[in-house]
Amino acid sequence: MFDLDRWREIFQSINKNRLRSVMSGFTVAFAILLFTLLFGIASGLGNFFKEAFADDAKNLLFFRAGRTTKPYKGLQTGRKVQLKNTDYNYVTEEYTDNIQYKTAKINKNLTIKYENEASNYGVKAVHPDYQFLEKIILYEGRFLNERDLKLKSKVIVIGRLIKKDLFGEKLALGKRVNVNGSSFLIVGIFSDENTDRESEAYIPLTTNQMMYGSNDFIDQINLGYNPKLSTDAAIAFGKKVERDMRKKLNIHPDDQSALSVRNMAEANKFVGIIMLALYLIIAFIGSGTLIAGIIGISNIMIFVIKERTKEFGIRKALGAKPSSIVGMVVQESVLITTLSGYLGLSLGTYILSFIGNSLEEKYFIKDPSVSPTIVIGATILLIISGLIAGYIPAKRAASIKPIEALRAD
Amino acid sequence: MIRIEKLHKSYPIGKDSLHVLKGIDLHIKEGEFVSIMGSSGSGKSTLLNIVGLLDTHDQGAYYLNGQLIQGLNEKKAAILRNKFLGFVFQSFNLISYKTALENVALPLYYKGMNRKERLIIALDYLDKVGIKDWANHLPNELSGGQKQRVAIARALVTNPKVVLADEPTGALDSTTTDSVMDLLKDINNEGMTVFVITHEEEVANQTKRIVRLKDGVIISDEPTIASKNL
Repeated sequence: MFDLDRWREIFQSINKNRLRSVMSGFTVAFAILLFTLLFGIASGLGNFFKEAFADDAKNLLFFRAGRTTKPYKGLQTGRKVQLKNTDYNYVTEEYTDNIQYKTAKINKNLTIKYENEASNYGVKAVHPDYQFLEKIILYEGRFLNERDLKLKSKVIVIGRLIKKDLFGEKLALGKRVNVNGSSFLIVGIFSDENTDRESEAYIPLTTNQMMYGSNDFIDQINLGYNPKLSTDAAIAFGKKVERDMRKKLNIHPDDQSALSVRNMAEANKFVGIIMLALYLIIAFIGSGTLIAGIIGISNIMIFVIKERTKEFGIRKALGAKPSSIVGMVVQESVLITTLSGYLGLSLGTYILSFIGNSLEEKYFIKDPSVSPTIVIGATILLIISGLIAGYIPAKRAASIKPIEALRAD
Repeated sequence: MIRIEKLHKSYPIGKDSLHVLKGIDLHIKEGEFVSIMGSSGSGKSTLLNIVGLLDTHDQGAYYLNGQLIQGLNEKKAAILRNKFLGFVFQSFNLISYKTALENVALPLYYKGMNRKERLIIALDYLDKVGIKDWANHLPNELSGGQKQRVAIARALVTNPKVVLADEPTGALDSTTTDSVMDLLKDINNEGMTVFVITHEEEVANQTKRIVRLKDGVIISDEPTIASKNL
């Protein structure tokens, strides 16, 4: 392996037979290129799906009430179902073990004013856990906390765009803004990947209930189920909570508009199934391509060795042991497969990085790339296939009696 | 040096077998210059291949340098060939993509000698056969006579016990034939055992002993006039 003379012999043989070496290298490089592109595109599709279905907390489960469309237990169709604090408390206390984060939510559209600047913004009244459920990143100050809710404080967390609208480059943290006539203290400013959300503001749920209507109404309950739950367990958990809620609110079990439930676990499961199917197809096609490449190089090696039979005969007459001939051929074959395989791999990776996100809009391919595992796996496969492609015909050639090999032409 | 007793060899041809060598007895001592004569099909090439460990015999005994050759595997045969034997072929059998120098150095590579040392020795032998100036040429840039000189240098480079030449002049014109034979004579005069196979009387007459082969048996074995003149 580290015999310098052996390497010299191999490089000489490759160099003097360039066409042959290039041809066999090309077969492997092309197979690996296709393999890389296929896997890259598959992972690109996967990335797109994952993001499309799960941009927020992956373990999100939420409930929203509407009007009934089915009569139930003597109650009429068209009845408005109202979620209340009691429902929120019931769910969160009943299932403490299965819940990681919890928040109720009231959606409002209110005018926020600072000095002479004013505009209408979506103001959400929430609990502190909302920050984690929606993955809100604060870049100044803090989010709402339990104390704010307890004291029904008039504090507000605003999005980056609101700050920009009302304050420009000026300092906003610690300033007071006017929200629908009441003065609120800005305690935090956040940014979010989803820029729509950056023109939203958050206030404590209790403050909202006290100020606007003095009731215990809520619009929505958002839960983050325990991430330790398996997808199936999370789906079952969602179903169970839904059944309980329907019972408690007297809603027909099939009435989707009276109580709509969205469980990310279901979407995740769906994405998972699609991804699995996609990967199976790609693995099938990809391994087919690789096998075709391996067969290709085996064919070339058989031909090459036939062509060199006489040379091997001469070498044997001069004292070459069969093992030295097999070793030389195998080493040459592994060298060519590995080098050209790497060429194909890097070309593929380069093309993928060149494609980047340019195909996201039209073809749903986002950030196509191959993982290091696949790269390492493909490399090992290449070396093994080079070994096999070289070993079998070389073994046969080396076992031919030198006298027969010398006669070959 | 070479002792052969009751040697038999047959080749299978379909269901039948072709009996090529039918009990050969031959003894070649160190320093001899022997030629095997015979028409094609007489078994002379088969004999050389067996002597050269390129092929195996069926029956009888073969001693090379006092060692009984029996049941050799390829690896052992390769080591013995490298150590004791040098080959010169009719069709030269040089490796086309190696220079004259590299071709000559190849047996030393299989001996395990380092590159620097073997190139020095190879150049020395090229000088000896008179084509030092062509050391860095590829075989296809050389004439037939030059190629055979390279082949002879390659056969000699490991300093073997026996040089085996299979129709060494078969592909050469008469002038070149003479110069190649002169070279073989010189080698023999230095004490090397040379074993030539040929079907040309003039070539055989330049050796010191002629063994005539017909249909797998030796029909005559006598010294030549050349040897008597010495």
